Amino acid sequence: MDLESIVKAFDLRIRSGEDKLKAEIRGGYTGDLLSDVIGNSKEGDIWITRQVHQNIVAVASLKEHAGIILVQGCEPAKDTLDKAIKEGVPILVSDLSAFELTGRIYNFIKPLPTARR
Amino acid sequence: MDEKPLYEGCLTVAGGNFDNAGEVSASIKTILKKMGLPSDVVRKAALVTYESEINIVSYARRGMIRLHVVPGSIMIEAIDEGPGIPDIELAMQPGYSTASPRIREMGFGAGMGLCNIKSFSDMFKISSEVGRGTYLKMIIKTNRDPLNS
Repeated sequence: MDLESIVKAFDLRIRSGEDKLKAEIRGGYTGDLLSDVIGNSKEGDIWITRQVHQNIVAVASLKEHAGIILVQGCEPAKDTLDKAIKEGVPILVSDLSAFELTGRIYNFIKPLPTARR
Repeated sequence: MDEKPLYEGCLTVAGGNFDNAGEVSASIKTILKKMGLPSDVVRKAALVTYESEINIVSYARRGMIRLHVVPGSIMIEAIDEGPGIPDIELAMQPGYSTASPRIREMGFGAGMGLCNIKSFSDMFKISSEVGRGTYLKMIIKTNRDPLNS
């Protein structure tokens, strides 16, 4: 499953990383606490959050996430967007809540349990 | 650690500057990648550096991060001038944090930074003096030597 299929299936608005949409999605993680995301997400995950400040780009880049989806229609802050463009991190925007989007994407990609990845 | 280092460097971190947080870890990641170290090793080193950097930015006046690479391992030290940690055992407990509301608003201060550092490192040492600062030493083993690859 690539990021582009998720963008299309959930009408995500692309804010950065248009050229990285072929990235393979292995699973996902939902959270707003950065250390929780650092400790528990995996590379190739799609990260669902409503944090919009620029540190999300550093975290996604360090963890080698496939991309970030901002929920509730939240737009990335300008610094965040500049940094995401510079570092080639896809930022996508959804109008859904984190709960609803996570559930839908989970059913769509049916990831293997984290322990087995 | 008495072998001739493959790389040695030191980068400074300014306290309170969240805008540039992550720059040191990004540079370290680039350096280690260029050395041809395995990607999981590079990722772990970058993550422990990031957590250390965030701690310095969140709590200290200033600090520095030293990178020392020898065949077989990466050593990262984070040294800061700051308030120090009165009870290290407590600070190591998952979920314990003294972060201000401002820090928490940005999604930091979950009380997991030091736990993450410990779990991503092969060896982790912490010492602190109240009123002076905190010292972290992290070693990550590299299963493949850059010289021999």
